[in-house]
Amino acid sequence: MCSVSPEVLEMVTVKKETEMTEKEIYTRLTRVFQDVFDDDTLQINGETTADDVDDWDSLSHITLIAAVENEFGMRFKMKEVSTMANVGEMVDLIAERGH
Amino acid sequence: MKELVYPFDAPGIMKKKKSIKRRLLAAGSNRLEKKIAVLGGSTTSHIVDILELFLLDYGIAPKFYECEYAQFEQEALFPSEEFLNFHPDLIFIHTSSRNVRQFPELTDGKEQVEEKLKAETERFRTIWEKLTETFGCPIIQNNFEMPFYRLMGNRDASDYRGRRHFLERLNEAFYQYAESHDNFYINDMEYLAADYGLKEWTNPYYWNMYKYCMCPDAIPAFAFSVAHIIKSIWGRNKKALALDLDNTLWGGVIGDDGQDGIDIGQENGVAQSYYEFQSYLKQLKPLGVLLTVDSKNEEENAREGLLHPDGVLKPDDFVVIKANWENKDRNLLQIASELNILPESIVFVDDNPAERAIVEGQIDGVVAPVMDSVENYITTLDRNGFFEVTSFSEDDLKRNDMYKANALRNSARADFADYGDYLKSLEMTATIRDFDSVYLARIAQLTNKSNQFNLTTRRYTLSEIEAIRENPNYIRLYGKLVDKFGDNGVVSVVIGEIRGKELHIDLWLMSCRVLKRGMEQAMLDQLVEKCTDAGIETIYGYYYPTKKNKMVKELYQTFGFIRISENENGDTVWKLETAGYEKQNHYIQVQ
Repeated sequence: MCSVSPEVLEMVTVKKETEMTEKEIYTRLTRVFQDVFDDDTLQINGETTADDVDDWDSLSHITLIAAVENEFGMRFKMKEVSTMANVGEMVDLIAERGH
Repeated sequence: MKELVYPFDAPGIMKKKKSIKRRLLAAGSNRLEKKIAVLGGSTTSHIVDILELFLLDYGIAPKFYECEYAQFEQEALFPSEEFLNFHPDLIFIHTSSRNVRQFPELTDGKEQVEEKLKAETERFRTIWEKLTETFGCPIIQNNFEMPFYRLMGNRDASDYRGRRHFLERLNEAFYQYAESHDNFYINDMEYLAADYGLKEWTNPYYWNMYKYCMCPDAIPAFAFSVAHIIKSIWGRNKKALALDLDNTLWGGVIGDDGQDGIDIGQENGVAQSYYEFQSYLKQLKPLGVLLTVDSKNEEENAREGLLHPDGVLKPDDFVVIKANWENKDRNLLQIASELNILPESIVFVDDNPAERAIVEGQIDGVVAPVMDSVENYITTLDRNGFFEVTSFSEDDLKRNDMYKANALRNSARADFADYGDYLKSLEMTATIRDFDSVYLARIAQLTNKSNQFNLTTRRYTLSEIEAIRENPNYIRLYGKLVDKFGDNGVVSVVIGEIRGKELHIDLWLMSCRVLKRGMEQAMLDQLVEKCTDAGIETIYGYYYPTKKNKMVKELYQTFGFIRISENENGDTVWKLETAGYEKQNHYIQVQ
């Protein structure tokens, strides 16, 4: 017997239909970067790495990861956090698991 | 700053800490500069960053020293050159249950566990004693959060081998130390973690990945708590609550619904919630928190509401009641001036967002937390730590009565045409003496709280006051004032440093609740007498202007001192020859 109400089931289906486009992800992600690094002009692309952004040190990396997770309602796995090479890889993971 | 008042958006604070800091620095200057050493058993940089935000918001500009990663113990026992040269004003020991060296094993006997407990307690005690001996400044120490797993399940709480049981006993040992040592404060991480949610707080992801002893989003709540203790030590607590009535102290509108129609008491859930809130407020009174009313109402209706038979708070519980149709910011300023406290030391409590916006907009520094629903009222006031208790004196217990007595004095004054006759009628007696051990806590508290009648605004910790008391190169006076309406407690402090035949006044302060009573003259008479006995010929007074102490700009002038210099900051230096001094106090009998 299914204990989930029809309303909830419907919500789940609706969610699936509203998958994010890559462009949407970049728009929201750019805003997160701008907040974390306090720089409204900051722009990112798939190739961006820590070397390209002033102040992107280990401390702000932790802030950034947490802020991205909160923004997209998801968690990165430990392995992913330590091996993520650039923003592009981050976006791939968000596309896979984010909301 | 609104973002830093509970309930706050913790992830938002973490994310935007840079812009928040930028805006805080732009908004204020003239902050109290303090040096804070953080000795951690885990990563501390993030905690320091967020702690800085809250302290800046409290008007404290911190400079931090952080020890190398997890070196809290080594740094305390063998302080580095850098640490020694830092000369901290305060030390915060940031340890967690991750730093416990030896937990009990299931194979341990009772004696072995006792040994482990003793070893761990001694380890920390040694750290605290060494730090106190080296730096003599206040210490804040975390207690331990509960462990994130329990090997024996529920039995972990009661069995001597349980980690949970062990940590609780360790905490108990910390509290015993706190009870018997001034200047040592526990930051209640155990409560904070429970409040936040232990499972998320202790998520091992963050320890294993970053060596954080809590999850990042818990850092704001944690740093907020540490900031409460720090600002309380340095006298930045709030002093009073200005409370709205309708839908704040009771449900409904007294003017429309009448006494029978408002929700307060045990009738239903809503009435019980307001009853609980009123009880909470009443319990704040012995801490010295002043309760006042700031409400748009007919005064008669307001009183009727407060006289509701099922209510907890009665008109007598308030030191001032402003119920009228005046704007609330005006009433709040009026309350501040009647109580002789600064408007920014009052918290405005009102369910109406429009009223809160007006008051916050009109009066700089007044906090008006979001009061959205009665079941949240207590938590909102409580978590904001407005009245964080770091010292608890006899005076706090009596404060509401003292302010009430002041109101009686003021109304008595109206009966006298001549102010001198009024002062005589008060039948005042003062005790003015060298520092007495029972009043040291109150004296230190006063040096940190007094802003208006304070010539140099020098702040002293309890240990500094103790040191001055032992030092023969100082003349020290405290003044206590009693009159026919009651005991005002210790209200004035003077500290002067002896240099040959000169006395230099480092500190002269008085509580504003005894303004215009002749107490300052009585203090001066005693000071001059002490100086004459000590062979001192000249007394030098200093006035350093701040935003708040204008009222004493000319104090030395009224005392008959001569101004000898003034610099571009407006700092003035004054002197008085003790020879030929004539007593200036005529109304207070001095013991």
